[in-house]
This record gives sequence, structure tokens and C-alpha cells, in this order.
Amino acid sequence: MDTHLTDDVVGPLPGDYKSDVKPIWCPGCGDYSVLAGITRAMATMGLERHDTVVVSGIGCSSRIPAYTSVYGYHTVHGRSLAVASGVKLARPELNVLIFGGDGDGFSIGGNHFLHACRRNVDMTYIVMDNQVYGMTKGQASPTTEADWCESKLTPEGPGVNPIQPVALALACGANFVARGFSNNPNEVARLIVEGVKHPGFSVIHILSPCVTFRPEQRGWKSTVHPYGREPTDDPNEAMRAVLEDDGFGLGIFLAGNRRPFQPGSAATHSIAQIEEGFAV
Amino acid sequence: MTVDSVTIALVGSGGAGAMTAGQMLLDAAANVGWYGLMSRTTGPQIRGGEAAALVRLSPTPVHGPGDRFDIIIAFDWQNVERFAAELPLSEKSVIITDPSQGEVPAVLAASGAKQVELPIKDLAGRIPGGRVNMVGLGAVAAIVGLPRAGIDAVIQKALGKKGDAAIQASNAGIDAGSKEAAGWNLGLELAAPNKEGATRWNISGNEAAGLGALKGGVKFCAAYPITPATEILEWLAPNLAKTGGKLVQAEDELASIAMCLGASFSGVPSITATAGPGLSLMTECIGLGVASETPVVIVDVQRGGPSTGIPTKSEQSDLNIAVYGLHGDAPHLVVGPTSIGDCLFTTQWAVHLAEALQTPAIVLSDQAMGQSRAIIDKPADAPHKANRLLATDLGGEAKYKRYADTESGVSPAAIPGMPGGEHTADGLEHAENALPSSQASDHQKQLDKRLRKLTSHDYGDAWADIEGEGEIAVVTWGSATGPSREAVRRLEAAGTKARLVAIRLISPVQPAKLAAALDGVSKVLVVEQTHGAQFHKYLRGHYDLPGAVSVFSRPGPLPIRAREVHETLLSLI
Repeated sequence: MDTHLTDDVVGPLPGDYKSDVKPIWCPGCGDYSVLAGITRAMATMGLERHDTVVVSGIGCSSRIPAYTSVYGYHTVHGRSLAVASGVKLARPELNVLIFGGDGDGFSIGGNHFLHACRRNVDMTYIVMDNQVYGMTKGQASPTTEADWCESKLTPEGPGVNPIQPVALALACGANFVARGFSNNPNEVARLIVEGVKHPGFSVIHILSPCVTFRPEQRGWKSTVHPYGREPTDDPNEAMRAVLEDDGFGLGIFLAGNRRPFQPGSAATHSIAQIEEGFAV
Repeated sequence: MTVDSVTIALVGSGGAGAMTAGQMLLDAAANVGWYGLMSRTTGPQIRGGEAAALVRLSPTPVHGPGDRFDIIIAFDWQNVERFAAELPLSEKSVIITDPSQGEVPAVLAASGAKQVELPIKDLAGRIPGGRVNMVGLGAVAAIVGLPRAGIDAVIQKALGKKGDAAIQASNAGIDAGSKEAAGWNLGLELAAPNKEGATRWNISGNEAAGLGALKGGVKFCAAYPITPATEILEWLAPNLAKTGGKLVQAEDELASIAMCLGASFSGVPSITATAGPGLSLMTECIGLGVASETPVVIVDVQRGGPSTGIPTKSEQSDLNIAVYGLHGDAPHLVVGPTSIGDCLFTTQWAVHLAEALQTPAIVLSDQAMGQSRAIIDKPADAPHKANRLLATDLGGEAKYKRYADTESGVSPAAIPGMPGGEHTADGLEHAENALPSSQASDHQKQLDKRLRKLTSHDYGDAWADIEGEGEIAVVTWGSATGPSREAVRRLEAAGTKARLVAIRLISPVQPAKLAAALDGVSKVLVVEQTHGAQFHKYLRGHYDLPGAVSVFSRPGPLPIRAREVHETLLSLI
């Protein structure tokens, strides 16, 4: 429902989903464009602001809730997926999106990522990957190359292989997996819309350069390329293709058909009836 | 001659059915109108190994373990040395032993207790499908004078589905044990049950906490198993579902508390339960709940610690982390139930308080309450429900301020689904409009508000259980309350007036109320189950205690017994 794309239909505009708070990000940060993509996606879907909840952890990208005008919960490092799961499980009618970065999502939050993928609650995780801890001024993250020597904390390089977020998501059973690049907010918006519409847990990996601590990431503009295949619903096929990809292919890898996890049903008993079970 | 209380240990390694027999004994006693309490002691093994069902029966409500065991019946003696210290005996006690299982272990025989032989295995062996625990149950029932009708009802309930053969085998076993014991005349016949009065319940502390959560209005639980808290979660799983709520098994304690915060942020009252190690993992998110003003209830069923400590045995040593364990200045609620039945009231109250004050509440239960089962009078219904102050008039010109600095400190909450209330709840310090702020003035204002909403709330009479009068007072909390109550009553029965103050609201402190409760007191005895006297130090830090203050403080796993508190009180007089 692209109501904002035509002049004759009045619908929500991306700006309606922005707060009046100025981001604290550095000039040139990729997250500005991701935020633009997010608000564009919200407008495209015409989400009701009061029925939409964005949850984040800690880090540069996790500041996004304050920059939107929907309900938000800016939580603590690594726990955003668990908090968001609580929101969606308790109130299935709400639209739930989660924003975070590579450190928040794959390091301290790694266990929650694994289990969010396998649990398959119907919510959308937008993880902005700049392969560095930006907010703490430039340390290696779980997606940083083993030989990146620019951090004072790991002057010889982290020395361990980076995590491949998309492959990890597929291995853990995520139901929708895509990759975008912040430079193209329209494409980011399209991926988010597809992810939100797809039932189950959607992971949208977005390459979002940190030009402050990883200035060489400006070169990603020429490194990224279309993934080049149609989305599959077969996780094995998606995994084979992802492993052949160089980590810079953009598109939808998997649109699977696992049933979302959503326990609960209507009440069948009064508390008085339950209490009777204790009577001698 | 009859007695007012009988304490019985049914001892046997895994498979002997000691726990089943103990459970049936308690149920049967309840059926005929007695009160009782059953706790269990086991080693760290998952199944099998040494185990004992510890049962105390009385015509009147039972508040804690007996001073000593009147009867020990052993189906075997495997590894009894490991927990002999938990089985105090005297020369008045009776040890019932199967000669085929060998001599009574020296560690028990040294007590000078009377020994009675019962060929348990042999008697069971003569019955097709016969089991030793039923023989033992029959013997104990005969000794305490438990009417057969009470047992019949239990057998029917427990074995009805297994068919007549199983029922006949059990009845034959009970008859055999009962017949042997009938002529012993041990003088342990329990006074007649008083069947008058209220409906009675058979409930464990962990079940009571779960019921309290339901009655308070909890509709969401995120769970991660840990001894001895798991039964709360296991009880809630089917019962939350029955009431339209949800329980989710999380990947760890961090996720449990985080999921609860998410559910609560969306307006659904939430609870989780854990033990000390899990509470530690939850700490950061509890701080998030404080700062973001998101209500949540955490039941910590304490056990011996630190680290994994003694997971199957009780202690009160998480007090410090519950009160002081959060980072930064993080005012929150800490409450402690004072009995198995009170796990219901206190958990329900915690749900109400957490929601009313929009903050986390930690309920400090412990293994001795949580995993013990008692026959109690059906608790009175309490009015405490989850009732969060919700924002109204959100459509107006003024932009909604989530953290408005109100007089009470409680800010009207907008929850998702309410147009005009959109905001971002934040663990980062924030201004009244919920936007992050690192300004000193905002930090001061928000800290003041978060503290004020706790300290200005009227907690009514529920802050403590207060009994008795006189110049000597026992101040205690949690499961130390039961033996303390019994000790105070013994003192009074012997003509010395004494008071009991069992503090239910641990934090925030209530200095004026405690001062009033202790007005005129010249001697205070603090009773707690810790090694470091955590409760005593907490009281000393926050209250002016009158007169001479003494402490009875001992770590677990040995339960505090009324006799010990009574003797300490006598030494103070």
C-alpha cells in the first residue's frame, strides 16, 4: 500500500515516523540512511504508530527508537531480541521491529540471536553491521576481519574468524533472511517491508559503514553487488548460495515457510476453579 | 495419652518410595483433619540416592520443623550419614528399622533413641505386588493413630487409575505394617484432629507463589529452570494457560527477565522465578526495569550459596544481592513471604506493588518454604491486583511525558496501542519526555522520583506480621519466621510475654513502623539463616533498634528449629 507515492492519496509519509530528536551519529554514518529506509518502510506499510513497537539494545544503531515516533524500548546491551520477544508474545497484534548492531546482536546478544532464529516469533530484526564497536570508539566486533589491526584493544588484529550473520541466521532457522546496504534506503525499505510482511522471524542484515573508525568502508559502494537469485523457501538452497557469495551480495536469500511461534489461547478456567485443586 | 505434634522421617534410597509414603501420610492426615508440613531432604543426585521425607503432623497449624524427630522409619540406610545432622534425635525418639537392612547406623544410634524392629522387606515380600513404603506407612499410621478412612481416600486417589490389584497390594501392605505396630504403645498418638473451621489446603510454597502471581493478575511468565524455583514455573505453565496467560521457556535467565520486561512494557503483568545464580544474571535487566519504570516480579527461591552452593538446601543469604545487588542507585521493592501459605499473599502483593509503583519487585522465598508442602487453612482473599496507572487524555496538545515528575513519583503510563502515547522507554537516563539526557538535573530529578514513589507509598499493615507484646522481641523474616513464632509462643505459654515482628517488606525500609512495633522493647533477638548475619546488618544500617540486640544467625542447610530460638531467648531473659 504505497499510499505516499501518489500525490492524490493522503497517507503517512516517512517524516511522520521520525521524531524531532537529532541523531548523535557521526557525519557520514550509514545509520542515517538506514533510519531513512526504516521510516520509508513504515510509511509504505502505513503502520499505525501506536500499534508499532521498536526495540533496541545498546550501540550507535540502537539509538534509533528515540529517532522514531512509534512506541520504543531502548534496553540494554544484547537483550533487545529477548525484550522484543516478550512484547510480541504478550501482544501478538503489535508490529515489532528490532534495531541493533553487530556487537549487540552477535556478541553479547549471540545466544538470544540463536534462539530468536529458532523460536521464530513474528518480528523483524534489522541489524546494522559496520564490523566495529563504534560507540566505544573502535574495537573489533564479532564480524570484524581477523587481521584488522586498528584497535588499541587488539593491536595485532582480533585473530579469530568473523561471524557471517546471514549464514548464522540460516543455520539457526530464521524464516526470512536478507541483506541490504545503507547507501540505498529505497532497497533497505523494500527489504524491511518484505521482512515485516513475512510471517515469522525476519533477519535483515544491513551493511552500514562506520566512516569514523572504518573509513575504508566507504569502498563498500563498489564492493556490494546484487545477490542475483530469486528468494527461495528452502533453507538448504539458501545456505548453499550464501556460502558461495562473498558476503556483499544484496537481496533476499530465504523466505521460508516455518510456522511462527505464538503460544496461548483463551481462558478456560477461573482462578477459583484452579484454587479448588488445593482443597483437602 | 496423646501428643500435640509428631515429627516423622521416612528414610530410604531412590525407589524405596519414601517420598510417596510421606506425601500419602500428609494427605491422609489432612483428610482426617490434622495439619502438617512435609519437607524433603535429598542429595544432589538427579534420581535415586539418599532421600528422606520429613513430615510433621499436629492438630493445629504447623509453623516449622519439629525440634527433633519422634519417629524415624528406614526402608534402608543408604548414605544416611550424609544427612544425619538433619535428623536430630533424642532418647525419646523411636527408630524403626528393618533387621534385614543391618544395624542402625552409629551416627543415629548414638542418640540413645529407642529402637523397634519391623521386618519391612519381609512383610512386603509376602504380598503380591507389595511395597516396603506401604508397610512403613501402615506402621507410622498406627503409631500416630491416623484413622484408616483417611488413608483409604488417599490410596483411592493415588492408585485408582492403576486398578484394584494395586489398591489391594497397597492396602495389604498398610495392614501388615499397621498390625505389627499396633502393639508397640510408643506414646506417640496424636491428639484428635479438630475438623471445625475453614476449608484447608494442601499446598507447597512454590505452588502458593504461582497462585499468588495468578491472583495478582500476572498473564505472562518467561521461565528458565533452576532448583529450587522450578516448581513455580512448572505450576504456572498449565495454570497460566488456563487463565488465558502465557508461559515461555527462555534460553537463559537473561532472556527470562528481558522477555518479562518486554511483555510488561506492552502492558501485560509479568513474572519470572529463579534462584540466586539466576538473580545475579538478571541484575542488569532489573536495573533496566528500575530506570525505564517497567514493572516486573522476580521470585528468588533462595538456596545455599554462593555460586551453585547447595542447590537443594535452604538459606536466606541472597538478601544482600536482592537489596544491594543492582548497579547505580536503583530503588526497587524487596519482599519476603513469612510462611508457605504466605508465599501466596506476598507474591500477589508484589505483583500489585510492582504494577502500582511501576518498578521491579523481588520476592525472596527460599527452599525451605518453596519445596515444602503444608496443610493450611485456606488463605483469605487479598484485594491486591495489578492496576497500573495508565495515561489518559493523550490526544491533547501537550506532548505526552512518560516520566513526568508527579507528586507521588508515579507517572501515568502509556502502553502500545494507545494513540498519542508513543514514546521510547529508556534505561539511559532521560528527561521527563523520555528522551535520553545526561544532564545532572535530569538525573537528580528522575532518581528522586523513582525513590519517592517507593518511600511515599502507604504499604499499610502488610509490611510485617506482628504478634504478642512484652519487652522482648524477635525480629525475623522469611522462613525463619515459623520457628521464631513457635519459640515466642512457648515463651508466652511459660509466662513470659514476647513479641514477634516478621518483616515482609524488606525494602524500602519502614523506620517509623518498626519503631512503633518495638516501642517499649528492651531486648531484641534477630533470627535469620545466613552465615554473615546479613539481615541483622541490614537492620542495623537502616533502623534504630531499641535496647540490647542479639543475633541468632546460622547458614543452611540445617533448618532453624523452634527449640534453638527458644533456648536463645531464655538465655537473654
